[in-house]
Amino acid sequence: RASMAASSCRGVRSILWKYGSCGKNFCVSRSKTVPQLPVRHICVSSALWKKNLAAAGPQKFTLEFINKQVEEFEIGKRHLANMMGEDPETFTQEDIDRSIAYLFPSGLFEKRARPVMKHPEEIFPKQTAVQWDAEGRPFHFLFYTGQQSYYSLLLLTGSRWLLKEEIEEYLVENISDHDYMRMIQLMEKLLSMPYCSLEEEFILKFRKQLEVQSSKHEIPALQYDPQGVTFSVADGRRKTAKASITLRDSGSGNITINGRNYLHYFPLLQDREQLMFPLHFVGMLGRFDVEGSVEGSGHSAQAGALRLAISRALLSFVSEGEVEKMRQAGLLTADPRIKERKKPGQEGARKKFTWKKR
Amino acid sequence: MAAGVLSGVRQVLRGPRLVSAVFSCHGQTLSSASAAVKSAPDTAATEKILNFPLTQPDYFHLSELFTMKDLFEARVHLGHKKGCRHSLMEPYLFGSRLDIDIIDLEQTAEHLQRALNFTAHVAYRGGIILFVSRRRQFGQLIETTARECGEYAHTRYWKGGLLTNAPVQYSPGVRLPDLIVFFSTLNNVFQQHVGIRDAAKMNIPTVGIVDSNCNPSLIAYPVPGNDDTPVAMEMYCRLFKMTINRAKDKRRQMELLKGISASV
Repeated sequence: RASMAASSCRGVRSILWKYGSCGKNFCVSRSKTVPQLPVRHICVSSALWKKNLAAAGPQKFTLEFINKQVEEFEIGKRHLANMMGEDPETFTQEDIDRSIAYLFPSGLFEKRARPVMKHPEEIFPKQTAVQWDAEGRPFHFLFYTGQQSYYSLLLLTGSRWLLKEEIEEYLVENISDHDYMRMIQLMEKLLSMPYCSLEEEFILKFRKQLEVQSSKHEIPALQYDPQGVTFSVADGRRKTAKASITLRDSGSGNITINGRNYLHYFPLLQDREQLMFPLHFVGMLGRFDVEGSVEGSGHSAQAGALRLAISRALLSFVSEGEVEKMRQAGLLTADPRIKERKKPGQEGARKKFTWKKR
Repeated sequence: MAAGVLSGVRQVLRGPRLVSAVFSCHGQTLSSASAAVKSAPDTAATEKILNFPLTQPDYFHLSELFTMKDLFEARVHLGHKKGCRHSLMEPYLFGSRLDIDIIDLEQTAEHLQRALNFTAHVAYRGGIILFVSRRRQFGQLIETTARECGEYAHTRYWKGGLLTNAPVQYSPGVRLPDLIVFFSTLNNVFQQHVGIRDAAKMNIPTVGIVDSNCNPSLIAYPVPGNDDTPVAMEMYCRLFKMTINRAKDKRRQMELLKGISASV
């Protein structure tokens, strides 16, 4: 049959399906003997008969098969113990190896080629746990999403991994950057495992909930100096200028910057107005004593930095409603503008070279 | 015996044609000759369990689960605006009032009865049912419904080859769902859900709640109804949950009865 097929059509064989009887004549489409049954030509190419060995992957063993092997191993172990005249209950793996070496002496040099009797778990390669039961029904109700553990860990959204400093705090130990990266990699790997929802609590210990990014202003704590005067300390920045302010209560409105009076430090009215603005806005101009230190950048940036620092220090002396009003006035927003870089092919940040038509 | 029955059931799920196959399956699991003789009445009883419900029009008495008044009160009759109407949904519409399409509840009741009956039979025969919806509003509800029935849900982003490329997406030898229930046939960009086309390609029957802007053509058991209101969705979830639980309980009952009669 095969030779006939090979002569008639290269590699393609058509099989007549008709109650199991294979006719010699392949060209017949209708059979005379059983007219009411249509004959189906199932054309199959020889390439499809070969098993695609590469695509099959490593051989898979079903759970029932492995269980059966384990049963047989246990029974065989007891038989072996009886044969050797030893107690089946206390027959260890070493005893098994010894008995097999005695019963089946082998002169082969390669130890792995000699007869061996081990527990099936050591012989058959470990496979990923099958995620469905004997009937084929998956265990997890989100199996068909493809990422059952990820979607079942609903608590993962809105949280992030702890930072290196936070982990160090948690462990009360110093760890290197490399250690930290490796730890995060391992946690991600754990999350990708099928049954990671069992270890949810453990994983959550290493995740921190992200606070909703509402405009919560950090109010500096109110401190008391030895005389009993309340004061608060705050920082501010503008361009490259960094300022630090101490706002003392029950004062008379003196402003000292870097040890000098503000009149000396800021000869320009505009800068002094910037300093006054937050206090003027809340109406507490004469109440506080301002003591500040500032460095970097130019006079205007320093004034802006000091203004931000004063507004932040004021937050601890002022009510909630006033805080909202200050925020809306723009007193609490740090000015993000910095000097724009110069680009190549241009004079400056924006200025271009003279444009020549020709 | 139970193991033999279960493995027999899995094969018989596809159709009642495998007397010889069931025999051979029993031949492997039960080695003694006497056990082989016992398997003959076993198969007959299994066949009866599986075939008898198919002869009845409403074996699970699902018509008592809902009335047309319930559907009306759950606002199932409210469709979308006239401009959103899909031309293939016109036969299911009662009419339109103030530009809003009203779905014909008589037809809906009929279709819903058919769909629930089919779901019940699938659940009775131990089939896998997958609930699908891409509406984020009701995702949580559908997942809890699936969990309570003991079935499966997929209310997330549908990856490409989940049904058509299943051995690669999951593992080789995975079992695909035997029924897919769409609580809303559209995805978040108002296009038809990919699962409908994929299920049709893989010969998996579908039950779908089609609203007046959906395409009912590829769905095996369409149920024209509202898919936007929470009340309507809760009602559908409740109905499907009750059908599936009923069918499974009935099946367990029949197995027990068979066990009792076989031992007697």
